[in-house]
Amino acid sequence: MNLIHRVGSIKPLNEDTFLMTIESAEIAAAGLPGQFVNVRCGGPDAYLRRPFSLCRVHRDQGTFDIGVQIRGRGTQALSLMREGDPIDIMGPLGRGFSLKSEDKRIAVVGGGIGVFPLLQLLREHPAAEKLALLGFRIRDQVIMEKDFRDECHELCISTDDGSWGVAGFVTSLLEKKLAEKKIDRVFICGPVPMMKRAVETCKGKNIPCEVSLEERMGCGIGACLVCACKVKLDGCWDYAHVCKDGPVFSGESVIFE
Amino acid sequence: MMENRIDLTVNIAGLSLKNPVIAASGTFGFGREYSAFFNLSRLGGIAVKGLTLKPRKGNPPPRIAETPAGILNSVGLQNPGVHAFIRDEIPFLRRYETAIIANASGNTVEEYEEMVSILSEADVDAVELNLSCPNVKEGCLVFGSSVSGITQVVSRVRKLCKKPLIVKLTPNVTDISEIACAAEAAGADAVSLINTLLGMAIDAKTRRPVLGNVTGGLSGPAVKPIALRMVYEVSKAVKIPVIGMGGITTGTDMAEFLLAGASAVMIGTAGFVNPYAWVEAVDGLERYMLESGVKSVSELIGGLMV
Ligand SMILES: Cc1cc2nc3c(=O)[nH]c(=O)nc-3n(C[C@H](O)[C@H](O)[C@H](O)COP(=O)(O)OP(=O)(O)OC[C@H]3O[C@@H](n4cnc5c(N)ncnc54)[C@H](O)[C@@H]3O)c2cc1C
Ligand SMILES: Cc1cc2nc3c(=O)[nH]c(=O)nc-3n(C[C@H](O)[C@H](O)[C@H](O)COP(=O)(O)O)c2cc1C
Ligand code: FES
Repeated sequence: MNLIHRVGSIKPLNEDTFLMTIESAEIAAAGLPGQFVNVRCGGPDAYLRRPFSLCRVHRDQGTFDIGVQIRGRGTQALSLMREGDPIDIMGPLGRGFSLKSEDKRIAVVGGGIGVFPLLQLLREHPAAEKLALLGFRIRDQVIMEKDFRDECHELCISTDDGSWGVAGFVTSLLEKKLAEKKIDRVFICGPVPMMKRAVETCKGKNIPCEVSLEERMGCGIGACLVCACKVKLDGCWDYAHVCKDGPVFSGESVIFE
Repeated sequence: MMENRIDLTVNIAGLSLKNPVIAASGTFGFGREYSAFFNLSRLGGIAVKGLTLKPRKGNPPPRIAETPAGILNSVGLQNPGVHAFIRDEIPFLRRYETAIIANASGNTVEEYEEMVSILSEADVDAVELNLSCPNVKEGCLVFGSSVSGITQVVSRVRKLCKKPLIVKLTPNVTDISEIACAAEAAGADAVSLINTLLGMAIDAKTRRPVLGNVTGGLSGPAVKPIALRMVYEVSKAVKIPVIGMGGITTGTDMAEFLLAGASAVMIGTAGFVNPYAWVEAVDGLERYMLESGVKSVSELIGGLMV
């Protein structure tokens, strides 16, 4: 696997979030929606790689985008990279979302930076009808609205305070939409409480769903077993590993704590 | 051919390795994942994920925290059990020409005895007794941190072990040489050190420990100076071979451990950052030897000029 790729461009999305385009014919050719890349961010103290979901893949141009929120030392260092810089990336890694042709009507539910992996899913999913429900805290946090609008048939946005779109949580939007429409599968990514609520809603309606999980990682490929998450197994539970068994899991299998 | 002049082979405890680089236990799984990156036959050996008699689920997440130049882990010996290892993993590993070292843990002396009896009949090249895991509450570290504990386990296991017996030591003791000498006296064929240093990380914002298990084991470049010092001390104190580890990233790091007295090394954490770390270390050592006019690894071992 070639690890050295090149930074194409960096565009701010808002105060603390940016979109980075990376030139890599290999990753662009192989990357599937929901998979992630493990990035060496540089900087003095960022020793481990940082995982980021594939947000958009441009196969014809041999590039892909990741959306990054600046959280700590690694993402801070990443934000200081410039066009043309070499960048050390392992990927694509992990198991992505299912792309089933029998799922004719799908909905994606994203919360905050959890929206990133859902964009490429909308772009690649064969469904005839695609609904996107995105939730943010406040208007300033709303990102990629136009990008999502271009890739789905209906887009609804909620903010906690009602400063943009509908007021309230995106999970309430989901409840409302599932009551109105027939949906074959729901894809969810966001903060844990939101995912938990969304999965419960889908279960209540008997609609299969998938969630994309986050856990702290070491190797990123399934060798070190640090990225454990609890899943149901044969009526009991076990630890699965987010980097290899996921990051996407069926919503029914995950045990949220 | 330049390469022909460099001899990378080492012999430890009746085990012949094509080069002194061994993948450290717990960082390399059972080799499957890294086989997608390089040919496992390029390694001197592979110490597989720490095994126990029965499958273990391990500790609750988060299981890793980043520290300056290192990591803390609290995996807690998640593994499928020794029988699943023998059935499912050995056939895969045997496709490669590399030594298989089974890393074994137990809660009681009897469990260590049973593990070693089972592994003695399995197709592995050596057994590494893990008497040093800081992430499990039972047995393991308790035995490894006292002369009496280590003497008890190693002498009883020795009688049953038909493979080269490597005893892995914890750095979480006052005098590691004393423990190493006890392992030697009880019949160990080699010692490996260091396992991880007990540490912890706290999130000041949430006022909570970062690790689900509260404490964890420190590894990576941060521990290298301590590991070097311990390898140096232990190799002066015992006559059996020493396998050195702790923070090795490059061929030069490895040369430092050999000079300090190690006969071979293990590499773990560095591979999380660079999946080619193990093979690059082999190449790096070869380059170092070429540049410094050293023809065989044995010339380096213990060659420190003090
Ligand atoms: C599969 C997966 C996909 C992700 N996709 C995205 C994405 O598309 N966009 C985005 O902005 N973020 C994403 N994240 C979260 C992102 O990896 C973290 O925000 C980032 O690692 C923080 O690094 P830092 O150095 O800025 O923070 P620090 O807090 O300084 O990081 C310290 C350590 O903790 C780890 N860490 C901290 N927060 C997280 C977290 N939430 N998840 C996993 N590890 C963490 C870091 O990797 C690092 O090892 C994803 C995480 C996972 C597991
Ligand atoms: C994630 C992780 C899991 C580990 N699991 C084991 C184990 O199962 N058995 C064992 O003897 N040592 C285990 N270790 C310790 C390593 O084998 C090694 O002693 C230590 O990490 C120091 O080397 P390094 O700095 O090159 O990683 C583990 C280390 C890490 C980082
Ligand atoms: S990060 Fe190593 S197993 Fe998932």
